[in-house]
Amino acid sequence: MYEFNYHRPTTLAEAKTLLESNADAKLVSGGMTLLPTMKLRLARPTDLVDIGNIRDLGGIRVDAKNVEVGAAVRHAEVASSADVRKAIPALSDLAGLIGDPQVRNRGTLGGSIANSDPAADYPAAVLGLGATIRTDRREIAADDYFLGMFETALEPGEIVVAVRFPRAKRAAYAKFPNPASRYAVVGVFVAETGAGIRVAVTGAGACAFRVPEMETALGRKFAADSLDGIEVDAAELNGDLHASPEYRAHLVGVMARRAVSAAGG
Amino acid sequence: MAENGIGVAVRRKEDRRFITGAGRYTDDINRPDQLYAYILRSPLAHARINAIETAAALAAPGVVAVFTGADMAADGVGGLPCGWGVANKDGSPMVEPTHPCMVVDRVRYVGDQVATVLARTRAAAKDAAELIEVDYEELPSVTDIHSATADDAPLVWDEAPGNVCYDWAIGDARAVDAAFEKADRVVSIDVVNNRLIPNAMEPRAAIGEYDEATGDYTLYTTSQNPHVIRLLMGAYVLGIPEHKLRVVAPDVGGGFGSKIFHYAEEAIVTWAAKRVGRPVKWTADRSESFISDAHGRDHVSHAELALSDEGDFLALRVRTRANLGAYLSTFAPSVPTYLYATLLAGTYKTPAIYAEVKSVFTNTVPVDAYRGAGRPEASYLLERLVDKAARVTGIGPIELRRRNFIDPDSFPYQTPVALEYDTGDYDACLAKALEIADYAGFDRRRKESAERGKLRGIGIATYIEACGIAPSNVAGALGARAGLYEVGTIRVNPTGSVTVLTGSHSHGQGHETTFAQLVTEALGVDIDNVDVVHGDTAKIPFGMGTYGSRSLAVGGMALMAALDKVKAKSKKIAAHLLEASDEDIEFKDGKLTVAGTDRSVSFGEVALAAYVPHNYPLDILEPGLEETAFYDPKNFTFPAGCHIAEVEIDPDTGVTEVLNFVAADDFGRIVNPMIVEGQVHGGVVQGIGQALYEQCVYDPESGQLLTGSMMDYCMPKADNVPRLEVATNTTLCTHNALGVKGAGEAGAIGATPAVINAVVDALSGIGVDDVPIPATPERVWQAIRQAAA
Ligand SMILES: Cc1cc2nc3c(=O)[nH]c(=O)nc-3n(C[C@H](O)[C@H](O)[C@H](O)COP(=O)(O)OP(=O)(O)OC[C@H]3O[C@@H](n4cnc5c(N)ncnc54)[C@H](O)[C@@H]3O)c2cc1C
Repeated sequence: MYEFNYHRPTTLAEAKTLLESNADAKLVSGGMTLLPTMKLRLARPTDLVDIGNIRDLGGIRVDAKNVEVGAAVRHAEVASSADVRKAIPALSDLAGLIGDPQVRNRGTLGGSIANSDPAADYPAAVLGLGATIRTDRREIAADDYFLGMFETALEPGEIVVAVRFPRAKRAAYAKFPNPASRYAVVGVFVAETGAGIRVAVTGAGACAFRVPEMETALGRKFAADSLDGIEVDAAELNGDLHASPEYRAHLVGVMARRAVSAAGG
Repeated sequence: MAENGIGVAVRRKEDRRFITGAGRYTDDINRPDQLYAYILRSPLAHARINAIETAAALAAPGVVAVFTGADMAADGVGGLPCGWGVANKDGSPMVEPTHPCMVVDRVRYVGDQVATVLARTRAAAKDAAELIEVDYEELPSVTDIHSATADDAPLVWDEAPGNVCYDWAIGDARAVDAAFEKADRVVSIDVVNNRLIPNAMEPRAAIGEYDEATGDYTLYTTSQNPHVIRLLMGAYVLGIPEHKLRVVAPDVGGGFGSKIFHYAEEAIVTWAAKRVGRPVKWTADRSESFISDAHGRDHVSHAELALSDEGDFLALRVRTRANLGAYLSTFAPSVPTYLYATLLAGTYKTPAIYAEVKSVFTNTVPVDAYRGAGRPEASYLLERLVDKAARVTGIGPIELRRRNFIDPDSFPYQTPVALEYDTGDYDACLAKALEIADYAGFDRRRKESAERGKLRGIGIATYIEACGIAPSNVAGALGARAGLYEVGTIRVNPTGSVTVLTGSHSHGQGHETTFAQLVTEALGVDIDNVDVVHGDTAKIPFGMGTYGSRSLAVGGMALMAALDKVKAKSKKIAAHLLEASDEDIEFKDGKLTVAGTDRSVSFGEVALAAYVPHNYPLDILEPGLEETAFYDPKNFTFPAGCHIAEVEIDPDTGVTEVLNFVAADDFGRIVNPMIVEGQVHGGVVQGIGQALYEQCVYDPESGQLLTGSMMDYCMPKADNVPRLEVATNTTLCTHNALGVKGAGEAGAIGATPAVINAVVDALSGIGVDDVPIPATPERVWQAIRQAAA
């Protein structure tokens, strides 16, 4: 790790000022992604602005329509929240599958979706539920948010404040973990909300993506066998030591069927 | 049986300090005024170095010195020695390139030491290292066995044509050929034994210190064998006489073989400490461990088994190529030869065996002993082959093994590959394992899995290993450049407590408890009054250290010999105190009694008399009660056993889950059953890791290590392991008085073939007869898909 200055603002405004006044400043939330990168000397921020003390970024709010989770809320909190479990059990399940207990007790929703790791779990839920990302300057629809590998619609200095997940009639997440890192090799989130049926895939591509053919098929009949014969194109998918593109394409089908079954289809 | 003597599951004496965080590991030690070393390593697999520019680094804040290989060479520092020579088939010696502590003009693997920065903080040293400019001229590299042995392969060493270190053979080729001609059937197999990265929990560390006034050096290091390090580094690398060099290996957090070797960093910090006149400390971080700790395994083999129609093994022919990495580590040449091919008889009476082993250099981290060292590779090959033969002949895995086991009444048994087994009962272990595994009920369980759409398989592996390394004359005849005896001292203190000094080193094995149990048993001293001291050349006379499951069978036996001497002398003292003849003294339960009388003295009284003699036969007996013994084993010991794994495969994803695992082992006499069970657990988990998860992968093009962190190198985790059923069946070792054989490596030897045999069994119903290790989900899925196509 290189030397850096550490700041701990208590308001969003203060955080913004700190970010703007230091060209190479970076937000740090749980630090579970950023700190390992810094330890390996792959990142060299001059300043770290820790957002863990900003009240506006915390808290879980559940109403009749939505579950809003603050950007600084840790995975463990989402996994264990009785309110979230009641409203969108698939979301608590997903949070409980992230990493290990240490990671879940530090890592946050905001950090996860700001980073947009292709193998991260939350993007599947954000896209699968058609959530809305609230930032310090606007609201972004999930469909417009994930742009590519480690690439999102966030502008430089833009801070994620919270994510608003619509309640689902039914939803489930099926994850095939990387045996080593336990990140998602493939994760599929299937949901039926007021806005219809959505199938979102993480792990397989550059960033989370939807599978329209599956959504249409499930719209006809919400059952696992509706997905038989639907294949995603391996040519577009990631390949690495753990899984080739064709294996990932196959797993998308398997995980999608499992998610549909788990969601009661 | 003494209260905490042999056979009792005494809780580990050392655990209080470990589980309360009070262990004292090398990195916990800080010396006054110490500097921190950071080692700049090669980012390239193979390159010539045209120049190294260090001035900017030297000028960086906090930096005290920057050294390169040229500085060490100018000081006359020698290369890291190899402890074992292996000859080619024609008798010529192996190629043994020099192994500098830091390179001078060529790097040969990603991780090779290029320069060392000493600074006041670790961070400053690391920052400064980025300012070192190395002018590399990249060369083509080879990382795997196939590429290294290809016709136009780039050469790792100019002096090793074809990248061959040696081309060695054992056994009677002609007898094997003749047997193959007569055979009714030949079954053959190709197997890869995957390269592993040991990953001991504690990364390596070393602190060098030099006392200008006395000329004394001290090295604190994460070693399994401090005396060996003193010998090798003192004599071969730095030229420091033993009385001026103290090596301390304090608490060490796991070794598995990877902390046997004399590593460059040990010599660098010791040498640098004198150069700068301050202690120098180096601690690896985990990323560094991946590219600088010796790796394990890495074989490619073809094997053929000749059988009669009845299923009798007639002959075995094996051709193995082994990857040794870029340099020869301390024991590297012996692992794929004398620790591997000599084990190819396994538990079977195969009358003729011939094995050829060609070991090659590649642009990878040096490979050396890793839990089992050669023996897991042998047992994996053989047990896969035997299982295949059982399948293709239709004889079945149990019957075929039973047919060919060496009979319990034919010991001592001379194998066709050099070893003489002293004792064993392989069928007894097999029977026990079958019973615990409920083998008979397997079909029902297979059906139950099938109803859930899962493929269930069961796999057997029997194994044997040669432990208790080693009878020195045999080891010498096999190319070891040192004898491998062990040393123990029993120091009875004046008030009757005992300090044990042992040349064995405990880094997880629980010696502080097991060895104390030996003392309790022999002298009747309360276990709380026995302390075991190890890991310091200033305290312990000598020692060859701990590896090859040798601590109890060799180190323990040295202690037994010292205990015998203590007992003999105690009797003399008691005889004097009791005015009797020493032949009439009985030593039992901590008491020395004149036979047939009630006249006795306690062992404590004898100890006091030995040290503060008022009434002592000074004219015929020296005072004091401390004895040292050197013990050289008469033969290897031969632990053996049977492991059975039961797995379930999800055909949709290719994921294999180990559902049940049984280990029935013969370790000879067991001193502490709890510790033995723990050793088996750890070994089995590593064996499961090799079978299903662990795999070191280099990029074939760039030679970069792709599995350079825990994110990609998959260590087995707690949820990958089922409840392990561990049982023992004992035959006593015939050539040591304790009857012990050793238990440290067995788990890692038996588990891998048992698991893969189970995976193949699960898939055989759908036409799959082989899967590569590790049997990752994708590989299993591909195998299923190919069989279906
Ligand atoms: C061992 C391990 C295993 C893991 N396994 C998984 C897994 O299985 N699944 C999974 O999904 N993830 C996994 N993770 C990642 C984990 O979930 C991370 O915590 C998460 O990706 C990042 O969240 P964080 O709060 O730690 O972010 P940080 O590391 O603090 O920040 C990450 C990035 O986001 C930026 N950032 C942080 N907060 C905001 C914000 N509010 N607005 C804008 N930008 C922001 C930071 O500047 C930084 O660039 C794992 C991590 C580790 C170390």
